[in-house]
Amino acid sequence: MNLILFYVFAAVLVLAALGVIAVKNSVHAALLLVLCFFTTSALWLLMQAEFLAIALVLVYVGAVMVLFLFVVMMLDIKVEPLREGFIRFLPVGVLVAAVMLAEMLMLIGVRSMQIAPPADPAGHSNTAWLGEALFTRFLLPFEIAAVILTVAVIAAVMLTLRKRVGIKSQNPSKQVAVKASERVRIVKMPSAVRDVAAKSEATP
Amino acid sequence: MNFNLHDLIVLAPEDFLLGATCAILFIDLFLKQSQRAVTHWLSIAALLGTLGLVLADHDPARLAFNGAYIHDTVAAVLKVFILGIVAMVFVFVRRYLAERKLFVGEFYTLTLFSTLGMLLLVSAGNLVMVYLGLELFALSSYALVAIHRDSGVASEAAMKYFVLGALASGLLLYGLSMIYGATGTLDLAQIRQVGGVGVNGLAQHPTLLAFGLVFVVVGVAFKFGAAPFHMWLPDVYEGSPTAVTIFIGSAPKLAAFGMAYRLLDSGLGSLAPHWSQMLAALAALSLIIGNLVAIAQTNIKRMLAYSTISHMGFLLLGLLNATPSGYAAAMFYAICYAFMTTAAFGVILLLSRAGFEAEMIDDFKGLNQRNPWYAFVMLLAMFSLAGVPPLWGFFAKLLVLKAAIDAGFLWLAMIAIGMAIVGCFYYLRVVKAMYFDAPADKSALVLPQDLPLRWLLSINGFALIALGVLWGPLIGWCYRAFGL
Repeated sequence: MNLILFYVFAAVLVLAALGVIAVKNSVHAALLLVLCFFTTSALWLLMQAEFLAIALVLVYVGAVMVLFLFVVMMLDIKVEPLREGFIRFLPVGVLVAAVMLAEMLMLIGVRSMQIAPPADPAGHSNTAWLGEALFTRFLLPFEIAAVILTVAVIAAVMLTLRKRVGIKSQNPSKQVAVKASERVRIVKMPSAVRDVAAKSEATP
Repeated sequence: MNFNLHDLIVLAPEDFLLGATCAILFIDLFLKQSQRAVTHWLSIAALLGTLGLVLADHDPARLAFNGAYIHDTVAAVLKVFILGIVAMVFVFVRRYLAERKLFVGEFYTLTLFSTLGMLLLVSAGNLVMVYLGLELFALSSYALVAIHRDSGVASEAAMKYFVLGALASGLLLYGLSMIYGATGTLDLAQIRQVGGVGVNGLAQHPTLLAFGLVFVVVGVAFKFGAAPFHMWLPDVYEGSPTAVTIFIGSAPKLAAFGMAYRLLDSGLGSLAPHWSQMLAALAALSLIIGNLVAIAQTNIKRMLAYSTISHMGFLLLGLLNATPSGYAAAMFYAICYAFMTTAAFGVILLLSRAGFEAEMIDDFKGLNQRNPWYAFVMLLAMFSLAGVPPLWGFFAKLLVLKAAIDAGFLWLAMIAIGMAIVGCFYYLRVVKAMYFDAPADKSALVLPQDLPLRWLLSINGFALIALGVLWGPLIGWCYRAFGL
């Protein structure tokens, strides 16, 4: 049963992935990518990796892809120029891909692709096992991953932060330190009667 | 399985560099642009401090973090040279950066993070650490290439580097996952031990392992820039600011060698007959493409990029021998190559000034009449790259050629020698331009008042002769690293 489900999900995943690069509409492509992530998480669920499956849905589908869709919709990308070379290079690309696929299938053989559900070592839940492994056996890689994220932040700030002249930016410390007296200035003015008739005559 | 503090002591150089980099990141925030030199000198101090920690550690080889980190002489030698070269690069690039409004803290922090990635890469003890070290190094260098945001060429180079680099990382990761699938372990030493047999009672998957090997070789070849995975290299060398090119062209080659050694020997050593053949094909292609295409270049940075491709072919000649002496020859070559590149790019940096990049070969016309000493340094770099005795590059080439012949690749050694002769043409063309062509501007060269750059560049040039004569201790160190 597990195996049948695996093949079904795998087939959906491959088709969806093909769809991502083949459809013309970029919003459709993004939605198909959501399907890809979703099917992958289903595959993980089959392997009893619940935490990873839920993290994938929450992080990728919930956060990253929604952001992605926003960007795609806001950019309003023209579809046609993007795929000018697509048809021209299609035969070569398909040929290379087909040959590579055939080679891979011949070499590995479909039999060895069967998945064996991993044995649960001590009756731990997947989440507990993952947490324990991350903070003991894989502590160093975990820390390095944190450093990589730091680099990504630095690089992103460096590449996007621009100090332009005349830009209207906020200064939080000034905003916090502001007093009511600086915000509103009450001006006392002597009351006067406006001469409406004289004004309308002056400006025709 | 438990974490103990002793592991952190084994990692002392990396701990120190990470701490120092984070500190520099913060200190830099509070500096005015006029005080940026503080960041500059602190970064160099951080690198030299790390270098000191690497050198101070005389303990025998051991593991830390459950085998994720290997501390041995191979790693130590590579780290010493990576750190030294990056420190040298910092001295070389300061004026170039300052003249182009690129003298910013991010250049230093990103380069330091990149260096940290290289250190971890050469010490990696399992597949995860190989990948993470590589990504830490690569991600920082993508950003560095794009540091000149308003330059179209630099953005193009960064984009190409990023996309192709991501593709190569994907291929490498695919290969690593297959190796994990075939052996059931991430640990390099265990992978070597079990070969295709599989631990935990898994079925035998020798073909799956061999399949993973192909992807790993592709990933490694991309990081070296060996043909046919060299497409990114010329554009990145030409497009990025010279200050970044000198960094990308030097120290990462040592890290790439470390990565190849860890993956191919420590991990997949049992498949040496297979990958030896693959590396031979890569080496032959790199030698031919690199040397032939370099002839047609007029931009010296692009020419040096193609020359890099051919030099990586030479480096692979040593690697494919798959014996300790072959690895030692390849390591010696990588070290030698890094110093030759810094000398060549150092002269380009020295000649460039605000609004003038000195990147065309024509810009070097008559340099001898305008400034004989730096023309001579460039001559040394070019002769050493070409492999003219008695310079350092000659002995490095000699050792890798010997390694290739010992491994039974006589045809490859013949190609290499033939191509080295072809290569002489374009190196000598630069020398001809400097010594025999009339300069466009006859006035003496106005040298920048940057004494650290001038002194260090002169020492670098001198080292190419000195180590060509006194190469014994260095090759001895390389041999000792591999237990010879």
